Amino acid sequence: MAYKLDAKTPAGPLAEKWSNHKAAIKVVSPANKRKLDIIVVGTGLGGASAAASLGELGYNVKIFCISDSPRRAHSIAAQGGINAAKNYQNDNDSIYRLFYDTIKGGDYRAREANVYRLAEVSNLIIDQCVAQGVPFAREYGGLLANRSFGGAQVSRTFYARGQTGQQLLLGAYSVLNKEIAAGSVKSYPRHEMLDIVIENGEACGIIARNLVTGEIERHGAHAVVIATGGYGNVFFLSTNAMASNGSAAFQCYRKGAGFANPCFTQIHPTCIPVHGTQQSKLTLMSESLRNDGRIWVPKKMEDVEAIRKGAKLPSDIAEEDRDYYLERRYPAFGNLVPRDVASRAAKERCDAGFGVNETGLAVFLDFKTAIERLGKETIKQRYGNLFDMYEEITDVNPYEQPMQIFPAVHYTMGGIWVDYNLMTTIPGLYAIGEANFSDHGANRLGASALMQGLADGYFVLPYTIGDYLAKKIQAPKIDTTTKAFDEAEAGVRARIERLFAIKGNQSVDDIHKRLGLIMWDNVGMARTKESLEKAIVEIQALRKEFYKDLKLVGDNNSFNVELEKALRLEDFLELGELMARDALNREESCGGHFRSEHQTEDGEALRHDDKFAYAAVWEYKGIDEVPEMTIEPLEYEFVHRAQRNYKD
Amino acid sequence: MSCFLTNSSLGKKLVMSISGCFLVLFILFHMAMNLTMLFSWEAYNAICEFLGANWYALAGTVILAAGVAVHFIYAFILTIDNYRARGKQRYAVTVQEKGVSWASKNMLVLGVIVILGLCLHLVHFWSKMQLVEIMGMHNSLVADYNVAPTNGAALMMITFSNPINVVLYLVWFAALWFHLTHGVWSMFQTVGFANDTWYPRLKCLANIVATLIFLGFAVVAVYCYFVSTPQLIESMLA
Amino acid sequence: MNFTLKIWRQRDAKSQGAFETYKVTDISADTSFLEMMDILNNNLIHEGKEPVAFDHDCREGICGMCSMHINGHAHGPSQAVTTCQMYMRKFKDGSTITIEPWRSAAFPVIRDLVVDRGAYDKILQAGGFISVRTNSVPDGNAIPIPKKDADESMDAAACVGCGACAATCKNGSAMLFVAARVSSLAKLPQGKVEGARRAKAMVAKMDELGFGNCTNTGACQAQCPKSISIAHIARLNREFLAAKLQD
Repeated sequence: MAYKLDAKTPAGPLAEKWSNHKAAIKVVSPANKRKLDIIVVGTGLGGASAAASLGELGYNVKIFCISDSPRRAHSIAAQGGINAAKNYQNDNDSIYRLFYDTIKGGDYRAREANVYRLAEVSNLIIDQCVAQGVPFAREYGGLLANRSFGGAQVSRTFYARGQTGQQLLLGAYSVLNKEIAAGSVKSYPRHEMLDIVIENGEACGIIARNLVTGEIERHGAHAVVIATGGYGNVFFLSTNAMASNGSAAFQCYRKGAGFANPCFTQIHPTCIPVHGTQQSKLTLMSESLRNDGRIWVPKKMEDVEAIRKGAKLPSDIAEEDRDYYLERRYPAFGNLVPRDVASRAAKERCDAGFGVNETGLAVFLDFKTAIERLGKETIKQRYGNLFDMYEEITDVNPYEQPMQIFPAVHYTMGGIWVDYNLMTTIPGLYAIGEANFSDHGANRLGASALMQGLADGYFVLPYTIGDYLAKKIQAPKIDTTTKAFDEAEAGVRARIERLFAIKGNQSVDDIHKRLGLIMWDNVGMARTKESLEKAIVEIQALRKEFYKDLKLVGDNNSFNVELEKALRLEDFLELGELMARDALNREESCGGHFRSEHQTEDGEALRHDDKFAYAAVWEYKGIDEVPEMTIEPLEYEFVHRAQRNYKD
Repeated sequence: MSCFLTNSSLGKKLVMSISGCFLVLFILFHMAMNLTMLFSWEAYNAICEFLGANWYALAGTVILAAGVAVHFIYAFILTIDNYRARGKQRYAVTVQEKGVSWASKNMLVLGVIVILGLCLHLVHFWSKMQLVEIMGMHNSLVADYNVAPTNGAALMMITFSNPINVVLYLVWFAALWFHLTHGVWSMFQTVGFANDTWYPRLKCLANIVATLIFLGFAVVAVYCYFVSTPQLIESMLA
Repeated sequence: MNFTLKIWRQRDAKSQGAFETYKVTDISADTSFLEMMDILNNNLIHEGKEPVAFDHDCREGICGMCSMHINGHAHGPSQAVTTCQMYMRKFKDGSTITIEPWRSAAFPVIRDLVVDRGAYDKILQAGGFISVRTNSVPDGNAIPIPKKDADESMDAAACVGCGACAATCKNGSAMLFVAARVSSLAKLPQGKVEGARRAKAMVAKMDELGFGNCTNTGACQAQCPKSISIAHIARLNREFLAAKLQD
């Protein structure tokens, strides 16, 4: 049965939609809020800000996170900054301009109304964070400073050194702590949601595992909010934290929530290349490096080979023998093209055999010209900490030799489908932040992830959830002894027992690495019909192997990291296939999704707005069944869709 | 307010800081007084006479003893707290961190040495001087000499004519030196008067004060050892 | 490179722990310390043994999750980095590396190298925040803040809450952690409003949870992966005493 998708986009002029909607939706009185329970899963920017705001409003909130403290969530690792349309720089920025840049950056695959709302509340976020004590960078006059970021012609990014995500998260975490102290929020650290409970078609609680004791717990609530981030770790190697996973979102999908655009993955161009088979994590080097660094590979194959053998140093290669391929291909934007374009260009050169390290998967990011022009001191002031970090990791001094970089998986734009209220296809189940699909279309601009997480958590969900909960004011406390809870818990226990019973020979990581390779080779930066079909077959085979040959040590009744990883991998093995199916269906190139069959003569992404101007929403049909796709058409009332051009 | 000095870690630290500061000031005074020995033993004795069993000297002694007691008792309370906070299981491998002074990690041991030295010092001097006066006696027997309680100079000369005493006192002063190199800047830190600009200055001050005190006391003890002859002592007793 | 690892193994908080010795061979110098641990664990799994439990997450030095005491150093012998940012080239080939969990009464061991740092959360819940409601705030530029103050606030706010300070301190004191939060907010005008209440509440909670007393050794600052200065402790002392004297 296909979904009947209603995005609930309010009518009216773009700039008035959100105000009109807020005026139209229901609110819950303070006395009734006290009677209503909400579960928030995940405590990153979205989850922490939502839980704190909901707690303030008077709801009873329970928060769950898999790490030892809400503060560890991976939002903390965001470096660059957060966008807002404050126009403090007087460079003619506006809410409309931020909206337009975001929707264009997303290659016209996001909802206009959602993106406009995001731009609209962006200013409130900055005010909120300043009031919480986030130490944003300041100018000498004491006012807030800004920097520029990719994909924008104005300076609208607010930052706190290279640790903006950390500071924003600590801000949200501090107000969350305030609510925990006040008793309105109850915290469950080291707990993992393993299933969502649905009763009468509505979300009414979760099954969680206490990661320290192994206990399986039932928690009931009148609404459940999923804020568990993205699923980039399906690739095994990514810039995501080790424990980042797609499992909470995937349980929602299994229980009937639509999963939208799963194939939209962002590959970040400036990461430190893989150095062997034992690596477990990729490190991102800030996008800001592309402001002064120039990207190149040698023009001559003999130079490439000499560098790989160590016979020549990169600095030995003469200027005329270097191919500054971004400057060559995109004269207007040069090294500052958007992330997806830069990543694909690096892949193109490496595929042609010009990759500069022993794996053939690296290009140079060179600061020689910048150091000559600005002096070493200036470069040190701008990027000193990044250069130190690079040297610590690679043992190469980037002041003398160019950095080696290569693209890596960084962010997933796809996620659980939500309507304008951020509610999924299951009533009472909400998804916010990276976990949903709503605001970034096919590609996310730098400094917009933090903005979306906080927008959803502070300024959208606390209002929109009231519209649903207003219908629940007569509802009693959720009874967790019902059949729905019994079945969900039994399902979780059976799943765990099944994994322990396999007793095979391969560890979780062994299999995860193989899945990652299949994904990277076939569902990575460039995809073809053949590669995607191949991926589906290989993932299905690997999944069968997983259920036959997994080796899981330890037991369920104690702290067991391997079990946690195995459960997450089990979900990734299905999610990977879903991503491939979505990519196979989308026979166009847009943003982070590049189908090699669909490119312009110059090798750029070629959209087919006539056929694919929609969000693909997938419905689960069973583990080895083909999911059913429903379309949410993306109608553009206000913006004209154009081909992105970064050449002139 | 009433109880934060006893039940808050920062309150307890404040007590350590203030009492420590008071003791440092006393030691500086004592050192200045001792130094008069280098110039005139009669002058030194004049001070001893002034600080006999008068009400003001007795009151001072009681306050001083209270200062020592408070500093000492709080040190033990804090150390017991800290030992508990460290937990039952200790690290198998530990190192001396860069920029961390040895003294700072061994303040209690150093303090205990200082206290033992103080006991010895009380036996050597206070029991022969103020205590004798309090008890209403007129002299005491020290190494076969009959010494009047106000004749501190002779007492000092007799005591430091014995090289064992000189060595014991030098060990005592050395422990005090270590204790003060950490203690003096630390008392500023505890009351909140410190920052990254002032750390080098405060640590320099601590080293100067500690060294001054060490030298000021050591030089008198060593001086006495070298100049003390039976003839000189006899003449001082006359 | 080859290494002998002496690792603390402990099943849970109640069990008695002990060191066990393992060997890892053929490790590339470019391997990170935690990747080396991953390799060891994968070997252990293939031998049918339980892997060593250790906390880790972002592996970029920012989440504060990793927490190993390596050869006597919190976060290992490198300066100003977390365990995850350390690479095997820092160690001598063939050497023995001793790995212990944080040891502090307030951080009980959960398993092997994993400890419970919930006490840090509790301290922050006692007052490590500014009491603002969502949406009821002035414009971000309404209060100018001198750049120097904002920078100093940021210096303190760099704390990742890893627990190395209390784990390193011979007194098991959490002063650097508490001071970093108090100081960061005290440097901002919006944080000053409830500064006195905050300092008192957080210090009281720290004492209650069984952390020790600061004796100004500075070991915390030496081992802090973010090099947070003990000058923030001086500021906490100042804030606290000023608050108490007003009572």
